[in-house]
Amino acid sequence: MTPTVGVLALQGAFAAHVRILDWLGVATVEVRTAAQLERVDALILPGGESTTMSMLLERGELIEPLRSKLSGGLPVLGTCAGLILLSSKILDGRSDQHALGVIDLEVRRNGYGTQLDSFETDIDVAGFDDPFHAVFIRAPVVERAGEQVEILAKVDDNPVLCRQGQVMVAAFHPELSGDDRIHRRFVDSAGY
Amino acid sequence: MAQDTGHQTGTTLVKRGLAEMLKGGVIMDVVDPDQARIAEDAGAAAVMALERVPADIRRDGGVARMSDPEMISGIQAAVSIPVMAKARIGHFAEAQVLQSLGVDYIDESEVLTPADEAHHIDKWAFETPFVCGATNLGEALRRISEGACLIRSKGEAGTGNIVEAVRHLRSILGDIAKITTADSAELFDWAKRLQAPLPLVQEIHDTGALPVPMFCAGGIATPSDASLVMQLGAQSVFVGSGIFKSSEPAKMATAIVEAATHFQDASIIAKVSTGLGSAMKGLEIAELETKLADRGW
Repeated sequence: MTPTVGVLALQGAFAAHVRILDWLGVATVEVRTAAQLERVDALILPGGESTTMSMLLERGELIEPLRSKLSGGLPVLGTCAGLILLSSKILDGRSDQHALGVIDLEVRRNGYGTQLDSFETDIDVAGFDDPFHAVFIRAPVVERAGEQVEILAKVDDNPVLCRQGQVMVAAFHPELSGDDRIHRRFVDSAGY
Repeated sequence: MAQDTGHQTGTTLVKRGLAEMLKGGVIMDVVDPDQARIAEDAGAAAVMALERVPADIRRDGGVARMSDPEMISGIQAAVSIPVMAKARIGHFAEAQVLQSLGVDYIDESEVLTPADEAHHIDKWAFETPFVCGATNLGEALRRISEGACLIRSKGEAGTGNIVEAVRHLRSILGDIAKITTADSAELFDWAKRLQAPLPLVQEIHDTGALPVPMFCAGGIATPSDASLVMQLGAQSVFVGSGIFKSSEPAKMATAIVEAATHFQDASIIAKVSTGLGSAMKGLEIAELETKLADRGW
């Protein structure tokens, strides 16, 4: 069976993720509806505006199907806004914003500041021989990580790449720096 | 911040990266914090602060300038999504002010009255990224060579008439398609005809796309308009007068946000277009006294 990786395509940098998955030879589907969500064996929640995505998940009646797939163990990678959506608590978000709560993180939205504070830097990632070039764009800051969360990389003492079970999250954008190692690790860990 | 920790800010990757994050979304023109909140509540991916919406600039005339800094700060305080603001073409001092206010994107915009008849802003000199308008591929590539990190097709702002936006999109994307299939010797002639740098033309030939994202602006007034331009190839839409000149701005804003996501699904476009009240009253292009799209060079 050929596995299919879905990329949530409600808003944001979904095309850049699809490009990397294509490069890896993985079958992909852009997910905008519950029917498309049903077809995927793993899912990426991209960067973009987490408030916009949260509203579109709700209006498209995707929240419950997504929660149920996640509680069934769907492997998922969340980057930036995707990390925010998957976390257990959101600081400085909108009060009506959904936190799916599948990774025990407390995150501060736009924790680094405005676009002027966006940056790129090399980070050391557990399990990688060479540094990973990470791009942070109006990125969230992880202020607390629960005991079950494995921290794979840090910047200035803040976790920026984390894993808990089948959930992997990055505060930065692995889809933007032309390095496919994080996507490969995600696809491998999803069991393909 | 934190140069000493190896963090590089204001790089091309970081500046173009924010444009990637805005894809599949709607950027809404707002003139005050209340409108900004309505836009965010509707699901806007960003807001654009300006002094007056284009339809009012057209109606009232006079010189249109950068927004009052106090208004921009108020809008920044009111919402958590990115805040863009407009500077006049060539008015690098206005752009410097916008950068000092910490806006997330600067629009060097033909909707405002141009400040320089020959020169656009040197956008490489800024850490804040810029979006610029274009009516054709040559214009887009000149703006990119000056440092623009996002291109929007200009359309004709403040008209609620989509025809110019469609013309500009088809022109830009049509030429990209032709360059992609041209042979290498023809690229020199393309660069000459477009009055654009050869390396950018060669990059388009190799990648089949602009080096930066391309969104659409100028005349989008309904969910179907958003669907049309995104099916033609725009990656997001800017909506100006189309929202706050409609009879029910909050509803229209929400509907256009859904249309930008589900632009390929006509049944969803039909659903969100139902019961919206009236769209802004449009203008016939042939009857305009001023064509804003002609500003910029």
